Amino acid sequence: MDENIKITPPEMSLGQKIKKILTHNMVTVFFVVLCLIGYYYSGLTFGFLLNDIVTRMVRNSFLVLALLLPVMAGMGLNFAIVLGAMCAQAAVIFVTHWGIVGLPGIGVTILLTTPLAMLLGYLTGLLFNKAKGQEMIGGMILGFFSNGIYQLIFLILVGSLIPFNNETLVLSSGVGLRTTIDLADGLKYAVDDFWRLPFTTAGMGFGALMLVHGVIRYIKGIPSLGQKAGNKKYILSSVAGVALAGWLYYIKGTESFINFIKVPMLTAILIGLMCVFTTYFIRTKLGQDFRTVGQDRHIADVSGIHSDKTRLTAMIMSTVFASWGHVIFLQNLGTFSTYGSHEQIGFYSVAALLIGGASVTNAKISHALLGTLLFHTLFIVSPLAGRNLFGDAQLGEYFRVFVAYGVIGVSLVMHAWRKQLENKRRLSQQ
Amino acid sequence: MDKAKVLINRFGLPRIIIVAFLLVLLVMAVMLDIPLNNLISDALVRTGMNGILVLAMVPGILAGIGLNFGIPIGIVCGLLGGLIAIELDLYGFQALFTAVAISIPLSLVAGYFYGLLLNRVKGSEMTIATYVGFSIVSLMSIGWLVLPFTSEDMRWPIGTGLRTTITLQGRYERILNQWGSFDVFGVTIPTGLLLFMLFFCLLVWLFLRSKMGVAMIAAGDSPKFATASGINVNRMRVVGTMLSTALSAVGIVIYSQSFGFIQLYQAPMFMSFAAVAAILIGGASIKKANIANVLIGALLFQSLLVVSLPVANKVLEDVSSLAEIARIVISNGIILYALTQIGGGE
Repeated sequence: MDENIKITPPEMSLGQKIKKILTHNMVTVFFVVLCLIGYYYSGLTFGFLLNDIVTRMVRNSFLVLALLLPVMAGMGLNFAIVLGAMCAQAAVIFVTHWGIVGLPGIGVTILLTTPLAMLLGYLTGLLFNKAKGQEMIGGMILGFFSNGIYQLIFLILVGSLIPFNNETLVLSSGVGLRTTIDLADGLKYAVDDFWRLPFTTAGMGFGALMLVHGVIRYIKGIPSLGQKAGNKKYILSSVAGVALAGWLYYIKGTESFINFIKVPMLTAILIGLMCVFTTYFIRTKLGQDFRTVGQDRHIADVSGIHSDKTRLTAMIMSTVFASWGHVIFLQNLGTFSTYGSHEQIGFYSVAALLIGGASVTNAKISHALLGTLLFHTLFIVSPLAGRNLFGDAQLGEYFRVFVAYGVIGVSLVMHAWRKQLENKRRLSQQ
Repeated sequence: MDKAKVLINRFGLPRIIIVAFLLVLLVMAVMLDIPLNNLISDALVRTGMNGILVLAMVPGILAGIGLNFGIPIGIVCGLLGGLIAIELDLYGFQALFTAVAISIPLSLVAGYFYGLLLNRVKGSEMTIATYVGFSIVSLMSIGWLVLPFTSEDMRWPIGTGLRTTITLQGRYERILNQWGSFDVFGVTIPTGLLLFMLFFCLLVWLFLRSKMGVAMIAAGDSPKFATASGINVNRMRVVGTMLSTALSAVGIVIYSQSFGFIQLYQAPMFMSFAAVAAILIGGASIKKANIANVLIGALLFQSLLVVSLPVANKVLEDVSSLAEIARIVISNGIILYALTQIGGGE
């Protein structure tokens, strides 16, 4: 599992290879099967499903990507991204109040939310440094706790202590915000509507990118990571890119519903930039510090890396990214529940990441994107499949919730168990 | 001065704030002419109704599994017991004791397997317990829809599955509360409820002084030392977990009889947090807890909830959620404080 240990394994037969891939990615494989079954019984057409998936991928990916840095720094799954989401929501509320619309509104939102998220990220980091080893439960409780503070501010203080005159936002009593806030005529689709392309065009462009990237990497390798040229997986990704472009070229000639799907390009590009940033960040000095601290705090301290400071940095970055991600989420959603939209962000994002095959100590961009895809596919199909299979949509819904909680539980158990076994082995070797 | 500092340190700043807050609320209640006798009656009832759920934390903490966020496992067993008592069409004390008698073996079995699981994940029990609890609650949500209960009192008149809240009116609603209850200065004492809770406290107290109880405390306190003196630490942890799960099962039956309803589906999801907060407010930590912590904690926390609602409503007439916000901030604040006290900061 650990990619830093390079052992050349003996040649495996194809069957063994497939078996290895399946057992190593059990959770992901399970969810792929679940999604396929759900899709089959939901009775949805592929075009419709794809449309929903595109919307939800664009909406949620950035938030899930915000979880990667703390995992790298050994702080586990950052349930405290809820705090970032709260910052974003606070900023969005004020920008809506001031009536700044469109992209300028988003700009002001980002300007407001970034320092706030940095501050809260810093405080979260301080707390986590005091509760090492309990970061995940701490982050979860911290999320509940700050939700109380958030409600105090927006339900009680706004309108009473904080002057806030706005009939559409504030309750009729003049104190506290309404439970839902509508962003139509405001920030709704502010980023998404900037530039939309048909899915076919965007997909063909992406296919071409995959081809070019694959060819370049195949020829040059990744020198900074010591990866040699000629890695076969890049041929595979090039072929996949060509296949994607070819399929969409074929679709373009047909009357398929897929032709009507549009992709918000600016949002997609932002998500892409976040991926690129994360990839290159790992190779910087700070990124390497994150890894060292993540592997062993004491060794990091001995080798001159200030581990507490590094953990603080990881939390600040993660919270800021989460707040940006939540801005993207809200402008895409267009309307949000003032006191509820942020609550589930941590849990949904963590579940998505784990479903993609990540663990408490190892999370990659591919895990985040694949996980978001699978988790939200399940989101779309499970109520329909539940209704068609059992005559009850609620059953499918409960099942989905159970699976999401269960997958977090199971992967935490697997991780803790493995760690315990490793400790035992180390003890018996000494 | 130094003595005061030591005392503050031992008691913990958050607890001082909470007690001070409660005192302020009480003074305000008196000034606002809110009848105190009703408040005290309510506080007593709610202490008794939550007491056993809070008590369920003690064996978990002492056995070394930390704050048992996994009590929803016991809670669903207790709910199942309550439902079976209705399905058998029982009334009164017979129904109540049947519910308790059914839920205990169920929860002991569930607690056994849960204990085995927790033994494999030492060091991350609390996070995992939370998610195991959440998973069980959502799994049982499916269960409530498909389990073959037939009683008309429990099923939706149309559609499938059991109702979200099932009334206990006419069955065993508040029978413990009313048993031997009497009024002193306008304060109603729910004698039966309090005696029942104290009885369970006594049982746990006795257990902790038995040979096995002492071994369990030793195992939780310092596993290495306990192993050296021949105690099977893993076994003791399982015992603690089983006990904690069984107590929470009994706890929810008592809770429902006092509340008057059995709440199904998502209702048990966050019940563990209230119990955890209560025992921490009572002075427990992640490693240490005793019966006094349970009683003080349940009384303080529930009084706070009971008093804050009418006071907040009188002070801010249009805003009724202040009490709820206070609950969220206080209960989660005290848990966060306890987490920072483990010594993870080195």
